[in-house]
Amino acid sequence: MNIKTTSADSSANASEMSRSRTAHRAVRLRALLKHIVIIGFGLLMLYPVLWLISSSFKPNQIIFSSPGLITQTWTFENYVNGWKGLQGVSFGRFFANSAFISVMSVLGNLVTCSMAAYAFGRLNFRFKGLWFSLMLVTIMLPYHVVLVPQYVIYSKLEWINTYFPLILPKWLAHDSFFILLMVQFIRGLPKELDESATIDGCSQRQIYFRIILPLLVPALISTAIFTFIWSWDDFFSQMIYLSDINLFTVQLGIRSLFDPSGQSDWGGLLAMSALSLLPITVIFLAFQRYFLEGIATTGLK
Amino acid sequence: MKSARRRQSNWTAYAFLTPWLIGFFCLTLGPMLGSLYLSLTQYNLLSPPQWIGTENYRQIFTQDGTFTASLLLTFKYVFLSVPLRLMFALAIALALNKGIRALGIYRTVYYIPSLLGGSVAIAIVWRQIFDGSGALNQFLAWFGINGPSWISHPDYIVYTIVSLSTWQFGSAMVIFLAGLKQVPADLYEASQIDGAGKVKQFFRITLPMLSPVLFFNLVMSIINSFQAFTPAYVIGDGRGGPLDATMFYTLYLYLKGFSFFDMGYASALAWIMLVIIGAFTALVFLTSRFWVFYGDQEGR
Repeated sequence: MNIKTTSADSSANASEMSRSRTAHRAVRLRALLKHIVIIGFGLLMLYPVLWLISSSFKPNQIIFSSPGLITQTWTFENYVNGWKGLQGVSFGRFFANSAFISVMSVLGNLVTCSMAAYAFGRLNFRFKGLWFSLMLVTIMLPYHVVLVPQYVIYSKLEWINTYFPLILPKWLAHDSFFILLMVQFIRGLPKELDESATIDGCSQRQIYFRIILPLLVPALISTAIFTFIWSWDDFFSQMIYLSDINLFTVQLGIRSLFDPSGQSDWGGLLAMSALSLLPITVIFLAFQRYFLEGIATTGLK
Repeated sequence: MKSARRRQSNWTAYAFLTPWLIGFFCLTLGPMLGSLYLSLTQYNLLSPPQWIGTENYRQIFTQDGTFTASLLLTFKYVFLSVPLRLMFALAIALALNKGIRALGIYRTVYYIPSLLGGSVAIAIVWRQIFDGSGALNQFLAWFGINGPSWISHPDYIVYTIVSLSTWQFGSAMVIFLAGLKQVPADLYEASQIDGAGKVKQFFRITLPMLSPVLFFNLVMSIINSFQAFTPAYVIGDGRGGPLDATMFYTLYLYLKGFSFFDMGYASALAWIMLVIIGAFTALVFLTSRFWVFYGDQEGR
C-alpha cells in the first residue's frame, strides 16, 4: 500500500518536503535558542557558587579586584591558612564535630521516624486519628514557639555546650515531616505482604523489621539525605546551644572567622566556606535520584 | 479473643509510637504551654519567673517601635520573596517541561542554589557580591551604572536578602515539574483543536491543574519565609543593623531572648508570631476553595 502512494505522489512530496524542512529548521533553531537561554540563566544562577570556588584559590590581594572567575595566579595558601581555624582549634575539628552531629541526627531520624510511621501507616490503635492530626499540626509549627522553654529545660539539665539539644530531638522523632513522608510511602506498599506474613505467624514487630523496613529504603534514603543537610546547615540551634570553641561546628567556625566590620583573611574564610559546601554537594550528587524524587513526591522544603 | 488481640495490637502500636509521644509531650506540647506561661511573666533564666499578666503583650503592642518595624520588615520580605520565588520556579519549570533534552542536568543546576542557600557560606558570598565594590556593581559599571552599596544602605539591604531567597527557587521548581507531569496531554490537544492559544492554555489548563501544587508551595514558602533567620543575621551585622534594616522578626526574638535574656518577652513575641503565621496559613486555606482544583472536578 505504501509503495503505490509514494510513486504516485512523488512530485507533490518534493515541494512538501522542502517546505517542511524549513519549518523543521525553524523549530530546531527555536529549541537551540531556548537551550542557550536556559544555559545562560543557569550559569548566572551558579555564578555565586563559582565565584566562591574561584575566589578561594585567588591570592588575598586580588580577590575583590576582579569579579571574573578565571585568574592567572592560583594558590592553595587560603586553604592552608583557613584550615588553621580559630584560637588554636583547627577546622578539622569543626568538620569532625559537624559530621558527628549530622550522622547521629540521621540515625535518630531513621530509627524513630520509621517506627512512628509504621504505627501510623499500618497498625490500628485507639486515638490514632487524634495523634495523627496532632502530628500533622506539628509540621507547620514554627520552631520559635518552643524555643525558649526548650532552652530552659536543656539549661536546667546542664546540657548547654553539649550536643544533646541538637541530637536528642531527632531520637524522639521531632521532625514530623519525615514521619509523614514515610507514612505516605508505607501506605503505598501492598497490604497483602503484611497479611500473608501474619498468616505465616509473623508478629507486628517482625513485620516491621522484615517487610516494612526493607521496602522503605527509598524513603529512608531521602530522609537521611535531608536530615544530614539540615543538621549540617542548622546554624541557629548550633549558635544558641554551643559557645565552647572546641565544640564548634563548621557553620559556627565560618561565622566566627567572618567579621562584618572588616576582614583580615578573606582568602581563608572563603576557602573554608567553599569546603563547608563540599559534603552536602557530594551527597547530593551521589544520591540525586532519590533526592529530587523525594522532593517531587512529598514536596519537601 | 478478639479484644485480647486488639489490646495486644494497641500495646505494640504504642510501643512503636513511644519515641514520638515522648517527643511530642516533652519537646512540643509541654514547651508550647511553657512559652505561653512564660509570655505572661518576666524571666531571665537566673531568678524564677515573675507573673506580670499581659504586661509583655501590652508593651509589645503599645511601646515597642522595634517590634512594629521588625514585623513590617518581615512582611515586606515575605510579600516580596514568596511571589518572586514562586514565579521564577513556575517559569523555569514551564521552560523545562515538554520533553526538553538534558532535563536532568538543568534540573540539577537550578536545584543547587536551594541545596546550598541555607548555609552561612552562601550568605557571606552574598554579602561580598552585593558589597559596594562587589561583583554586582562591577558588572553594573560596564554599563556605566554606579551602583550603591547594597548591604550598607538601609533602604537596599532587604532586597539583597530577598534576592538570596529568590535565588533558591529550585526546590519549588522541582515540585512544579512533578505537578506538570501529571497534567494529561490530551487536554492540550483538545484545546488546540478548539483553537486555544498558548496564553489561553496556560490560564485555562496549566494553572488550574497545577493549583494544588501551587497551593502547597505557597503555604510552605510563607511559613518558611516568616522564619528566615540566617541571611538576616549574616548579611546584616547580626544585631539588626544598619539602622534596623535587617531586624527580621526572628532576629529580634533571638536578640530579646538570648542577648538581653528577656525570655518572657521573647516568648510573647513567639506566640504573636505563631498567631500571625497561623492566620496567614488559615487565610490561604480558606481562599483555596476558590482557586484550587482537585482531581477530576471540572475547573469552572
